[in-house]
Order: sequence, then C-alpha cells, then structure tokens
Amino acid sequence: MALEQELDVREGVDRETVETVQNMGSYKYGWETEIEMEYAPKGISEEIVRLISAKNDEPEWMLEWRLQAYRRWVTMVEPKWAMLHYPEIDYQDLYYYARPKSMEKKPKSLDEVDPKLLATYEKLGIPLKEQLILAGVEGAENFVEGERQVAVDAVFDSVSVGTTFKAKLAEAGVIFCSISEAIKEHPELVKKYLGSVVPQSDNFFATLNSAVFSDGSFVYIPPGTRCPMELSTYFRINAENTGQFERTLIVADKGSYVSYLEGCTAPKRDTAQLHAAVVEIVILEDAEVKYSTVQNWFPGDEEGKGGIYNFVTKRADCRGDRAKVMWTQVETGSAITWKYPSCILRGDDTSGEFYSIAIANNYQQADTGTKMIHLGKNSKSRIVSKGISAGQAQNTYRGLVTMHPKAKNSRNYTQCDSLLIGDKCGAHTVPYIEVKNNSSRVEHEATTSKVDDDQLFYCRARGMDEEEAVALVVNGFCREVLQALPMEFAMEAQSLVAISLEGSVG
Amino acid sequence: MTAVEKQTPLEARLAAIDLPKGGAFTAARADALARLVAMGLPGRRDEYWRYTDPAALNAPMAPAAKPFEASDEAPLFNGMDRVKLVFVDGVFDAEASDAPELAGVEIARLAEAEAADIHWAQGLYGTLETAGQSPVVRPFAALNSAAATDGLLIRVTGKAAKPVSLIYVHRSETSDPILHHVIKLEPGAEFTLLENGPAGARFNKVMEVDVGAGARFHHIRAQGRDHERRAVTGIFARVAEGALFKSFTMTVNGVLTRNECVIDMVGDDAVAHVAGAALGDGASGAFHHDDTVFITHGAERGESRQVFKKVLKHGAVGTFQGKILVKPGAQKTDGYQISQSLLLDDDSQFLGKPELEIYADDVKCSHGSTTGALDETAMFYLRSRGVPHEEATALLVLSFLADAIDEIEDEALKDEVVSRLEAWLARHRG
Repeated sequence: MALEQELDVREGVDRETVETVQNMGSYKYGWETEIEMEYAPKGISEEIVRLISAKNDEPEWMLEWRLQAYRRWVTMVEPKWAMLHYPEIDYQDLYYYARPKSMEKKPKSLDEVDPKLLATYEKLGIPLKEQLILAGVEGAENFVEGERQVAVDAVFDSVSVGTTFKAKLAEAGVIFCSISEAIKEHPELVKKYLGSVVPQSDNFFATLNSAVFSDGSFVYIPPGTRCPMELSTYFRINAENTGQFERTLIVADKGSYVSYLEGCTAPKRDTAQLHAAVVEIVILEDAEVKYSTVQNWFPGDEEGKGGIYNFVTKRADCRGDRAKVMWTQVETGSAITWKYPSCILRGDDTSGEFYSIAIANNYQQADTGTKMIHLGKNSKSRIVSKGISAGQAQNTYRGLVTMHPKAKNSRNYTQCDSLLIGDKCGAHTVPYIEVKNNSSRVEHEATTSKVDDDQLFYCRARGMDEEEAVALVVNGFCREVLQALPMEFAMEAQSLVAISLEGSVG
Repeated sequence: MTAVEKQTPLEARLAAIDLPKGGAFTAARADALARLVAMGLPGRRDEYWRYTDPAALNAPMAPAAKPFEASDEAPLFNGMDRVKLVFVDGVFDAEASDAPELAGVEIARLAEAEAADIHWAQGLYGTLETAGQSPVVRPFAALNSAAATDGLLIRVTGKAAKPVSLIYVHRSETSDPILHHVIKLEPGAEFTLLENGPAGARFNKVMEVDVGAGARFHHIRAQGRDHERRAVTGIFARVAEGALFKSFTMTVNGVLTRNECVIDMVGDDAVAHVAGAALGDGASGAFHHDDTVFITHGAERGESRQVFKKVLKHGAVGTFQGKILVKPGAQKTDGYQISQSLLLDDDSQFLGKPELEIYADDVKCSHGSTTGALDETAMFYLRSRGVPHEEATALLVLSFLADAIDEIEDEALKDEVVSRLEAWLARHRG
C-alpha cells in the first residue's frame, strides 16, 4: 500500500476514535443471547472429562490424553506469582460444558445454524456469511469488496457453531475447522502436534485446559502455501457460571504463511467467569505465522464486580530454520489477565516478535508479557509492550528473554513503556534476562511516565475535551503496536483504546 | 523426639554459631533470631535466589578459602588522609588501627558497646534491617543481626574532616566473620566511609545507615582481591528529607559475592545513588557476582540511580536484580536504573531482573539493560590506529565502566579506584 494512502487512513482513524469516544457506551458487547442451553453438571471430575469427550464424539486416544491431563491437574496448585489479586476460584462451582440446544446435532453447513446464533455474531459485527471481510469493523468500507476476505470460526461457549470459507480454503489445501472436527477428520495431524508446544503438564491452567477443552480452532497450512485469506476465530462466552476452555492448534508447514486473528467478548455479569485457553503454533522451515488478538472480554463494572478471569497459555514453536512468528495483542478486557504469548526460537535464523498493548481501567488487573527463548543460531526477537493503567487498575509486564549458549549471534530488543493515568493505579515491569553466550546482544529498555501535560495542553488548546485529548495521546503512545496489527484490527483496536479509558479522566 | 531426627539446614547453621547473649542489643538480637526462624534459609526456589545458589552461604561451616596476599600493589587508599580501623578475620585490631578519634564523629565498637546497658544505637540496631525484610525476606541479614560478633557504631554530628576507612583482613582459611555496623548521620552531617578487604573465608556483613535531613553520606567499597572468599552483604539505608546517600562498590574476584542494598527514601527531595563495577575472571577461580538492589520511593521529588556494570570472562557469572518501588503519593519521583554487562568470551553469563513497581502517576522512571560483547566498530577503530588488541580491550572496558565510576564524587578516590581497575585489566589479559 502506498505510504500516502496509509497516512490517510490513519488520520481518518484518529477522527474516528474521537467520535467513538463521544458515541459509545462503555462495554458495547455486554448483552446476552437468550437461547436454550444444555449444560454438563457443575464441577470437574473424571466423569465430566469423559462426558466432554463423549459429547464431542472423540476417539479413545483423545479421551486418554484428557484423562492423563486431568490426573495431573489434580496434583497441581494454582500459581500465585503474578501480581494479581482475586478471590479464590472454586473449580467445582463452574460448568465445564455448555452448548446451545440447537447445536446438539452439528449443522452440516452455515445455512443450518440456529438463526439466533447467527444473529448473535451479526450483532457482534462478525457475520457468519461468506461475503465480506469483518463487516461492522470500522473502516471496512475502505476496502474493495472481495479483495480481502476473512474466514471465521465462531466459538459460542463450549462449541464451534460454524466455520466460513471452508471450501475455498480447501482448494488451496488449507484445513480450517473446529478442533473437535479435526480430531475426527485429521487425527494424524492432531496426534502429531497437539501438546507438542504446550505439553499437558505445562502449567496449572494449561493442564486444566488439556483435560476439559471443549472446542477451538484447528489450522493446517500445507507446504509452500500462502493462505489465501486471513483466518479468524471469534470467541463468545454467553452462558452464566460457565468456564470457557478453548484450544487452538495452528500448524504452518514448510514455506507457508498465514495471518490469524482472534477476537473475544462476553456479556456483562456481576459474577466473574473463568476462561483458560491454550494456543499452540507449530512453525516449520521458512514458514511464517502472524497471530493477532483483540481481547475484549467483559472487564467487570466500575466497582470491579464481575468480569472474565483470563488465564491463557499461548506459545509458538519456530521448529524449522528461518521460521517466523509475530504475536500482536491488544488486551483491553478481562478483570484478570494472565497471559504470556511466547516464542521458542528453536531453528537457526528464526525470528519472533511480540507487540502488545495492555489497557487496564477501573479495577482491572493485567499481568502479561512474553517469553523469547533463543535456542537457534542467528535468531532474532523483538518485544514492544505498551501498558496503560487508569482508575484503580494494576498493569504488569512480565517477560523472559533467554539466550541459550548455542544461540550464537542472536539478538533481542525489548522496549516496555508504561503510562499512568491517575494516581490510584499501578504500572509494573518484571523482565527476566538470561544471556549465556557473548556473540548475542540483548537490550532492554523500560520507561514509566504519565500523559504528558504539554501534549494534553496542545490538544485542549485546539478544542478537544480532556477525554478526547487523552485518547489521542494514548493512541499515539500505542502507535508502534497498532501499526503491527492487520488493518481492520488496528482500527478496532484504536477505538477500543479510547473506550477502555472512558471515565478515567477527571 | 529422637536423636536421629535430622536438623533443618537453619538449625545446623545456628548450631555452628555461638550466639551473643546479654547486653544492650539483647532484645533486637532475639527479635532477629525469631524472624530468621520464621523465614528460614533461602533456596534456589526462592524468587530472589533463582540466579544465585545460596548453598555455600547456608552451610554450617565456611568453605575454606586461602588468604591472598597482594604483593604486586600497595593496599588500597594507602596514601590517603583517613582514620584507619582494622578488623582481622572479623575481630577489631586496635593495634593495627588508628585511634578512633575524629571531630564530629563518635565511634564505638559493637562488642564493647554491647556490655553497656544503654547506648544511642539501641533504638537503631536491627530496625532498618527489619524494615528492609518486606516485601522480600533477606535471611542472611536477619542472621547477621542475631549473630554479629563485632562491628562499629558510628554517629556523625558534623562535617567529618576525613573519611573513616575500614580494612577487613583475611588470615584464617576457615574464618567466618559476621559484622554489623550502625551509622547515624544527624541532620546536616557529612561523612565518607571507605571499606576494603575480603574479611574472611566467608563474610556476612550488614550496615544500617540512617541519613538525617540534609545530611550527606558517601560510601566507597572494594571487596578485595581474594580469589576464594565468599561474601553476603547488606546495606539498609533510610534517607531523610533533602539527604544524600551514595554508595559505590568495586568487586574483583571472589568465588561468590551477593551484595544487597535496600534503600528507603522517606523524606522529600532525597537522593540515593548506588553503583557497582564488577570484574570477574573465571580462570582464577569461580566468579559469581550478584547485585540485588531495592529502592523504595516513599516521598516526593526523590531521585534514585542504580548503575551497575559487569565485565565477565572465562565462565564468570554476573547477576543483577534491581527494583524501583514508587509508593502511592511519591509524586515527581525520578528513578533510573541501568545494568550493563560485557561478556568478553562465550563462557560467561549475565542473568538479570530489573524491575519497576509504580503506584504514582507523576513520575519519571526508567530502566535499561544491555548485554553483549565488546563493540566491534570501536575495536576496529582502535586497532586500525595501531592500538594492540589487549590495550584496546582494556581501554574499551574502562570506558564501559565509566558511568559507574563517575558515581564517586571525590576525584582522588575515583583515581584510586581507576588505578585498581587498570591493574586488574593488566593482570587479566587474554
């Protein structure tokens, strides 16, 4: 895209952000779909694990795998090292499986899906029709129809309700379906890669997920293939007292490329809900994966009631030489965020990038960051993290950069900046740096500051009110990360930044 | 209870120590012991010991270390006008020392003051150490307060005309000294403390420094050239309004060094700078150097600096764990932390955790950390101008260390430190 054009769009977006601030209520996805649901009994046990497996009609090996994880999980304790404070989670007081009644029989095509579900996604701005790009996303009209298409896998509570553009993707050899389908249709791929990046026993939440994950997305890009469109998963939690445990597995075979987007929302409720997901990405020689997330789970209300507890394990394994991965995340939602998308740079000349914006307002708490594990020679990594705290929120960057003795000539650059809005919030940085060879270079920089008075004054003097001015300055602060997002996501993210900060000024 | 029941590591450690009893500091010592029992000895699983193995510090007996006599250079600070106070394997040596007399400065020996029923340091001994135990416990400091056998109690009421210089001599292969100093600067006082020497096979030292309003405290320390000694030290400082605290440490060699520094900036407009230059060559024995610094800003307009540089070769390991904590209301804080390591070969390691924890919005806090080899461009520049490789390395290393050395204000002291660094580089070529 020509530079001029890009600038144009960005200018437009700033205006849009300002408008969004004026027009929007705080959490616009807080409504609930009234739909008849079917639940598994409350609590977790071997029976529940068996039940989830049976509901998904899984083969014996998958059930065994889950049970192994469950037995391990029972012996583990919840980690407490993050700078997060929340009431004890009662794991027996949750529903581990909830699906719309109408999904009892898997619809064969999107036409058979319950219209209520389709309407839900329509309202979220994610139409499950094979028509356009993510319509409803601001700025979509700027694109020529048909030029950019996004295939969507929509997950509603515990089940995937449908995946779009499957046929078109199949033409290119790309497999994009729900993980429950993949277990049945492509067992050889799932067996080979599931748990190979995030093992069952990896950590408390990942192990829980391994035992009870109900659905999620599966992607396989064959060798030498550039995925013809962007792939996307949209997660929606709807049912009350339900935990969502989805599992995503992406395999990019030699020389392939895919860009993957993830979005999530949940209704407003005054009780907290648990979300423990696992994302595994396997990247073989010369392949490249871009994974972008806009996390907009319900953050709880102004008093800190309710919201999603988001404990997520995301990891990419650059297994082959010259494999590349790029994580981009915009974390605006969730009452509690515990998330460290990581890169294992195993192959030589591999590259890992992590761009993050984490915004915490009101009583939100975020403890997020990344791990860059350099094992291969000439591997490169870059971390850009922007944390914004407002209200009474606490925001922590936690990261690890490690250079293995054999990772000669590797390079890391880390920048983490924190912005504080108001004197009741906190911003923290906890980086771990381990350098075990001298041909590598590791640089780390971190700053903490407040919204610059001069910049605010400049905006105010030009007629903006304080909230608009803050949103503009914050968007500027996040610029480096926003630029790393795919275009339509970047636009959504920019307006989210403004919305998330609403009420933080004055 | 049976005799076969195994002692815990802490019980074994305490059994090997003859805990002092009675005297002015009885209550403080009993309190420290109770706290130590509650926290236990550290292990590798403890967050702040993940990069340093405390086994040698936990062991009941000090691992043997041969004393090292430097025949090739004069003792540090030799020609300087100072009050010299000497400890040999942790015991004060009056004969080798100058008379502890200096205008505006009261100096007493802990071992002697203890015999008295009342002493000015009574309300201070162990209190800054106790305050520094939260939020992270520091078991060796609690052990020190409980078990210290000697040390100095220094009260400064005016501007000291010359520095007090503490010299720690190591003679016995198994000496395991525990020293505890309490230093109090009354408002407006000025004082410079010099320390050098390895002190023993294993040295545990705590220094509590209370810097009164507007007072200025300078501390320059060199941890000796002994190859085999181990040391765990703790500085616990409280810095009042408008006061200044500056500490610089040079470490060359030593199997294991853990320097903790806990600074609480309680008054507005306080200034605290902590700096360190560590040079480690694993070829002359193992080298593991750990700087663990925790600065708390509890008042407005405070300025803090942490400047730590490490040069490592032949399997040497450098660790930095630094933290700036800005409490709610500590507005206009200016905090900066830099940790840089130069790895001169492929065996050496740097492990670091530079942290910020900030609860006030109108602050300027940042940290930086870099690790890597010597700059090739700079090396090429020097080589192309005919500077031999060894000399060029020494030159670049010294310039790399400059930011830390610059934290020493006194020019003469700075020159003295630089000359030692140059000598080290000359000894450790290749």
